[in-house]
Amino acid sequence: MKPEVITGSEILLRSLLLEGVECVFGYPGGAVLYIYDALYGFSDFRHLLTRHEQGAIHAADGYARASGKVGVCIATSGPGATNLVTGIATAYMDSVPLVVITGNVIQSLIGTDAFQEADITGITMPITKHSYLVRDAKELPRIIHEAFHIANSGRKGPVLIDIPKDVSAATTLFEPAKTMNLRGYNPTVAPNRLQLDKVAAAIQEASRPVILAGGGVVYSGGHEELLQFAETTEIPVTTTLLGLGGFPSGNRLWMGMPGMHGTYTANNAIQQSDLLICIGARFDDRVTGKLDGFAPKAKIVHIDIDPAEIGKNIHTDIPVVGDVKTVLEQLNKLVKRADQADSWRDQIQQWKAEKPFKYKDSNDSLKPQWVIEMLNETTHGEAIVTTDVGQHQMWAAQYYKFNQPRSLITSGGLGTMGFGFPSAIGAQMAHPDRLVISINGDGGMQMCSQELAICAINKIPVKIVVINNQVLGMVRQWQELIYDNRYSHIDLSGSPDFVKLAEAYGVKGLRATNKEDAQEVWREALETPGPVLVEFVVDKQENVYPMVPQGSTIDQMLMGDCE
Amino acid sequence: MTTKHAIAILVNDQPGVLQRVSGLFGRRGFNIESITVGQSEEQGLSRMVIVTEGDDQTLEQIEKQLYKLIDVIKVVNLSSKPMVSRELALIKVKAEPAERPEIKSLADTFRAAVVDIGTRNMMIQVVGDTEKVDALLELLKPYGIQELSRTGVTAMTRGNAL
Ligand SMILES: Cc1ncc(C[n+]2csc(CCOP(=O)(O)OP(=O)(O)O)c2C)c(N)n1
Repeated sequence: MKPEVITGSEILLRSLLLEGVECVFGYPGGAVLYIYDALYGFSDFRHLLTRHEQGAIHAADGYARASGKVGVCIATSGPGATNLVTGIATAYMDSVPLVVITGNVIQSLIGTDAFQEADITGITMPITKHSYLVRDAKELPRIIHEAFHIANSGRKGPVLIDIPKDVSAATTLFEPAKTMNLRGYNPTVAPNRLQLDKVAAAIQEASRPVILAGGGVVYSGGHEELLQFAETTEIPVTTTLLGLGGFPSGNRLWMGMPGMHGTYTANNAIQQSDLLICIGARFDDRVTGKLDGFAPKAKIVHIDIDPAEIGKNIHTDIPVVGDVKTVLEQLNKLVKRADQADSWRDQIQQWKAEKPFKYKDSNDSLKPQWVIEMLNETTHGEAIVTTDVGQHQMWAAQYYKFNQPRSLITSGGLGTMGFGFPSAIGAQMAHPDRLVISINGDGGMQMCSQELAICAINKIPVKIVVINNQVLGMVRQWQELIYDNRYSHIDLSGSPDFVKLAEAYGVKGLRATNKEDAQEVWREALETPGPVLVEFVVDKQENVYPMVPQGSTIDQMLMGDCE
Repeated sequence: MTTKHAIAILVNDQPGVLQRVSGLFGRRGFNIESITVGQSEEQGLSRMVIVTEGDDQTLEQIEKQLYKLIDVIKVVNLSSKPMVSRELALIKVKAEPAERPEIKSLADTFRAAVVDIGTRNMMIQVVGDTEKVDALLELLKPYGIQELSRTGVTAMTRGNAL
């Protein structure tokens, strides 16, 4: 490529191309008009115009989680940028690689409370891995190159690039970046061999070992190594919400998800374990329950790319810093079968048989768990599923059987309502030929439903499921169990007719209120090309069980219908 | 056991880096007793010295969290090594003409300097470790302290310790 004098905006687009960007999600405005001008007629990658910046960033997030590549979104200054905040925090909490591009007012106006000015680098400092305010168009190639590298290496996360309007307008010589200036950034990838020997020795000594695997397994691409590790050692495995799909759910060693709505087996196994091997998970309080009382008898091994996670919540006996895939590759050469754990394995199979997830089915009304089971059966567990946040999210985690990494896309750390539907659009952009199902509550669906428009216009064939229980279900559940049935402000009367709402945007809408119709409309949805919204009207009283009340240890489960 | 620590942080001299570091302390509930920033021996890099209080586990978290910041190049816990730490204070103390010789001799004892004299007050400049500055202040208090400005601690390890 011979050097050329072009605008900052054109440099941005070319630099994005050099990073392999296939599509970006965005929304224009005054401060990014030069960038959008450069995008006019540009077709080297796709730009999808969402209907809200929040839709754009969740879509970029879904794209990143489904593809393992960096998700990119663009917004204007001020209100455009601040509309991204929830999505940036969502990606930060779940370690999702994003490059977020915002416009800003011209540099001479920065700091003057100019029209549509917001200090977005300041606002997002606690929720970004790193950020840049670009001062000179010459710096753009290096900054963009660094941003992609930072976002998608080490512990992944969102990086923000704020570009003042005069920088996107300025012209300069474009020279693609060859160097980076990141002296302070050297993630540890390869583990310390001595630590690995300790892990191998601990496995030989253990009689009740457990593997707790999280999102790090999926993000590092280490799922096959995890399978081999578990098969070699024959240690039972539990996967966190973000780890679902990182280990095949059909495997005999799998115990299900741990924590607040985890399985009886996983929670008891953790509590009684004498060796807990935590791999790419960060001991979130939804997993641990009451911290002092968590895995009280266990020696703790913690494998993580982020040294700051080790010892943050839980005292660690054998810390291993490194990339999960690399660590497991090396560990697999050292470990043997955990020979002392035979009666433990039997115990676990017995718990699994005695206490699976259970609900009381009905022939009069639709049970949400039944709906998820139907989705699982009809798709053979092979769809990419995105969820919103609430009861339906937990039922999806419990009753859909994830067998492949990156097949569940859900907001774990922040628990962001409004995430489910737009993230499915991004996931579908990453995998145009796969079946993408987005499972939402009637509450969360209303937080980003405007993105039905981009599904219709771009013929993005997401199957949108709305589990309609007419309430903010998860809040209702807490009010019932913890707040003495005082149902404060959870009634969603006044929700739109979801079928008509979909149709108003040009998306096919279907509804079912009983089992027969449910099977019928779901079949129709699968057979219909393009996007379809299917509303399942379900029993409003249903609760998610088991449940560990906040402040209890995880073996103190309310078993409800699982009894 | 919570104890005081001085931490030296070598950072890229970028706009916003002080905000990143101090924001991290605030957000994660770490305490900042004093913070100083200035040039380092290398162009483009600044050195911050933060005095904080906490137990060993908190200190370990502080170090690890600081290393997560891309602009942080090196973190050294100075308190774990032999070090020299200094702060500077300017103290404006009430001083009627009759009291001046007394105050001056106090200052001399601490190798502090009188840097200004007004009609009813004197300004004393003292340099030393925190304890020394505290001690001089204690002695000056009875005269009436009108204004006090302390810089916070800057520090370095001795000799070849790094
Ligand atoms: C943006 C946002 N606001 C509020 C909450 C708190 N919250 C968690 S679950 C929930 C109820 C969700 O209701 P719905 O979408 O109908 O799903 P359901 O629980 O009924 O399946 C709420 C309000 C949240 N997680 N995110």
